[in-house]
Amino acid sequence: MAEGIKKKLLYVNRKAPYGTIYALEGLEVVLVGAAFEQDVSVAFLDDGVFQLLDGQDTADIGVKNFSRAYKALGDFEVRKVYVERESLAERGLDSADLMQITYEDENDDGAEKPLVRLIDRRELAHIMSEQDVILSF
Amino acid sequence: MRFGILVNEGPYTHQASDTAYRFAVAAIESGHEVFRVFFYHDGVNNGTRLSVPPRDDRNMQMLWSDLAAKQGVDLVICVAAAQRRGILDANEAKRHGKDGDNIAPGFRISGLGQLMEAAIEADRLVTFGD
Repeated sequence: MAEGIKKKLLYVNRKAPYGTIYALEGLEVVLVGAAFEQDVSVAFLDDGVFQLLDGQDTADIGVKNFSRAYKALGDFEVRKVYVERESLAERGLDSADLMQITYEDENDDGAEKPLVRLIDRRELAHIMSEQDVILSF
Repeated sequence: MRFGILVNEGPYTHQASDTAYRFAVAAIESGHEVFRVFFYHDGVNNGTRLSVPPRDDRNMQMLWSDLAAKQGVDLVICVAAAQRRGILDANEAKRHGKDGDNIAPGFRISGLGQLMEAAIEADRLVTFGD
């Protein structure tokens, strides 16, 4: 099944983590999809930047808080995680508002390094244009 | 060309399922192949045989089931999304102690790997949803 094919695959997250199920079910695709060993990128833009907000608390809305699952992205061999700088700024946020997500760099004796990279809209557009497959949630 | 199709919305509330269906039919009529249609999010609701829409309107489930029967299109419903929303085949119903199943003919329940496979193996994956 799909052996030997390696595609550039971008997951685009543009919706807030709660209010609709798209963010949660989108993350499930990323985590399941990791087993397929494609050239994966994950981008957060528009209201999707709220998915990475630190200190999420869903107690008052009675919905499961799944935000800790994003911290596992590194363990699932995802190495390219982008947050669009303009989307953060438009919402009065900056990188200090986001949770710390790290990965263990196998090329540097397993050192913990930040996984998320802030990029601007122009750069994200370029990344999108390079993809074989884009899944948007 | 080999198309994979992803349907992310249920029938009737959104036009996504209608448009995906019409795209699939048009692609096949033009000599293309539809490798698979994958139903995710509320899209899984396209696969219940228990819907009873008014008779003077289209019946999305029956259109999809006919497409599977006549063209052999593989209609796959995501198992995790289906469990949340109560779309069950006989196996799933038994496994979860439910008193009935509702999956429509031509549809099958499977995992997200089937979406990944469609994304990787098809020439284009086309998404329908909001």
